[in-house]
Amino acid sequence: MRLALVRAALTRRPARTLLAVLGVAVSAALLLDMVMLASGMRESFRGFLLVRGYQLRVAPKGTLPFDSEATIAGAAAIVAALRAHPDIVAVSPILGAQLHVLGDGRATTSFAIGMEPQVQGDFELLAGALPDAADRIVVNDAFLSATGARLGDTVRTAAGFDPQMRSYSGLRRLVVVGRGRFFYTGSDQPAVAVPLATLQAMGGAARADRASLVMARVREGAAVEDVRAWIARTMPHVTAISTETALRQVDERLGYFRQLAFILGAISLIVGFLLVTTLVTVSVNERVGEIAVMRAIGVSRAHIVHQIVAEGVVLSVGGAIAGLGLGLITARELNAILSDFPGLPATFQFFLFQAEYAWRALGMLAAAGVLAGVYPAWRAASMPIATTLRREAVA
Amino acid sequence: MTISVRDLRRDYRMGDDVVHAVRGVTFEIERGEYVAIVGPSGCGKSTLLNLLSAIDAPTGGSVAIDGREIGRMNDREATDFRLRTIGLVFQRFYLMPTLSARENIELPMAEAQVPARERAARARELLGYVGLAPRERHRPAQLSGGEQQRVAIARALANRPALILADEPTGELDARTGAEIIALFGRLNEQGSTIVVVTHDEVLARAARRVIHMRDGLITTDELQSR
Repeated sequence: MRLALVRAALTRRPARTLLAVLGVAVSAALLLDMVMLASGMRESFRGFLLVRGYQLRVAPKGTLPFDSEATIAGAAAIVAALRAHPDIVAVSPILGAQLHVLGDGRATTSFAIGMEPQVQGDFELLAGALPDAADRIVVNDAFLSATGARLGDTVRTAAGFDPQMRSYSGLRRLVVVGRGRFFYTGSDQPAVAVPLATLQAMGGAARADRASLVMARVREGAAVEDVRAWIARTMPHVTAISTETALRQVDERLGYFRQLAFILGAISLIVGFLLVTTLVTVSVNERVGEIAVMRAIGVSRAHIVHQIVAEGVVLSVGGAIAGLGLGLITARELNAILSDFPGLPATFQFFLFQAEYAWRALGMLAAAGVLAGVYPAWRAASMPIATTLRREAVA
Repeated sequence: MTISVRDLRRDYRMGDDVVHAVRGVTFEIERGEYVAIVGPSGCGKSTLLNLLSAIDAPTGGSVAIDGREIGRMNDREATDFRLRTIGLVFQRFYLMPTLSARENIELPMAEAQVPARERAARARELLGYVGLAPRERHRPAQLSGGEQQRVAIARALANRPALILADEPTGELDARTGAEIIALFGRLNEQGSTIVVVTHDEVLARAARRVIHMRDGLITTDELQSR
């Protein structure tokens, strides 16, 4: 019977109820998007750093990974020392450089990653094979598109270019053996994975035994921070950064952004709350006579309060469910727009859907619905019955 | 069901003025009586009915029904008392417009925790009693005034109240439909219900066994009628 009364109250003016649900849905979508945005960049960055499970990154002293063109000298010794540590289970040295692909009268510049194929953490192989010989490479779709190369093709490459002499150095023929998705480069940026030793050799003396970054994976159960401290203590010419440290730095940089997202989310929650309060109040004002009659024939105050609060909750939850879909659609569209920003890694997500946060947003909206119903419910239940009936009769 | 009213008063504050709607009335109504309270508009008869039905609180005096003093009940007790002991009928029927005739009758039973199947059966029985069995799914807007009032009477009877209080139950009806409602009250009284009606309707007043006349918030006459 209570459900019948709630349904009757909400379907009495269906257009108004529909508009209210749509209003709450827009508010819920904005709330969800802001929650997804506030947490999404951080979580996306975290996933991005841990994509291959490497929790430590060793960079040249005072720099962040690939923050500058600085490289670490004596990379082999560092890699060996790291591999000797009992808590480290995998070490992946990386050298970043430009690689020019020479075609008929034109060159395509791509970003090259020198790596060890068995421990690499920079790309996911989509087709073909890993570059397990010195002259083999894996490339991304942007590379294939820019150079016109195909799997199995041999391409002429150069590691250096002298603009004054207009001459290339570090020339080498490399065979495209695989197609991959690179985690840390933009989707429109040509990228190529080359065996580390090959890229070092192509760079000549300047790159011999050098790495831009060394990633280390700590065994499960071991303290990452302890290993990081050990690196800092024993290798003073490098900087070791753990994922948690990097996330803390990201948090600091994104702090204002997240605050803004939270403020906008809170505003959307308040707007939803006010919308439901207004609608339920209007609805109750239209029904004061009916409510007084219900009280007169013996319907309890608690029943009246429950019914009106339930109306608010139904509006909020209905709007929240519609808003969930709307929020996901808008988040996907916004993600697509923002992900096209030049230089951003293709895997980076601004809006990350996490069920926990979605439930939290829905829960907040449902709670707002309960609160939104409390004031009109309290008013309705507190009306003097006889006076209200007399006013209704006069009206 | 005995109603005992002692020096009952009800004042309303209207700005700086105090309106004495009921000025101190005393009477008793015994079980099975059929009482009409009559008088000119504004004489306090509806206020008196509100006080008897515990939807308004007296300024002074007391109303006791079967020894229970209404004025001392808290809201929860008064609500429960109305639900189980009193059947209220209003001049304007006051049915829930969004519920069907049967659902309107079921409403007080649902509040009294009557199981769904039982209350549906009782609602159908009452609709049959008031001659509206085929209209159980109709909404109030699909019923005539007389039919709505009959549904309202069925609703008032839903929880088998010992006392039926009606405020101008024929006030919105034409003479023929009013006569049907008067006959219905007569039948209910013959079956043992205690009925108190407030009315301007002389025909309805004549149908009662006892008539209480009011003027300016006071009882002027209280007389039994011969049939």
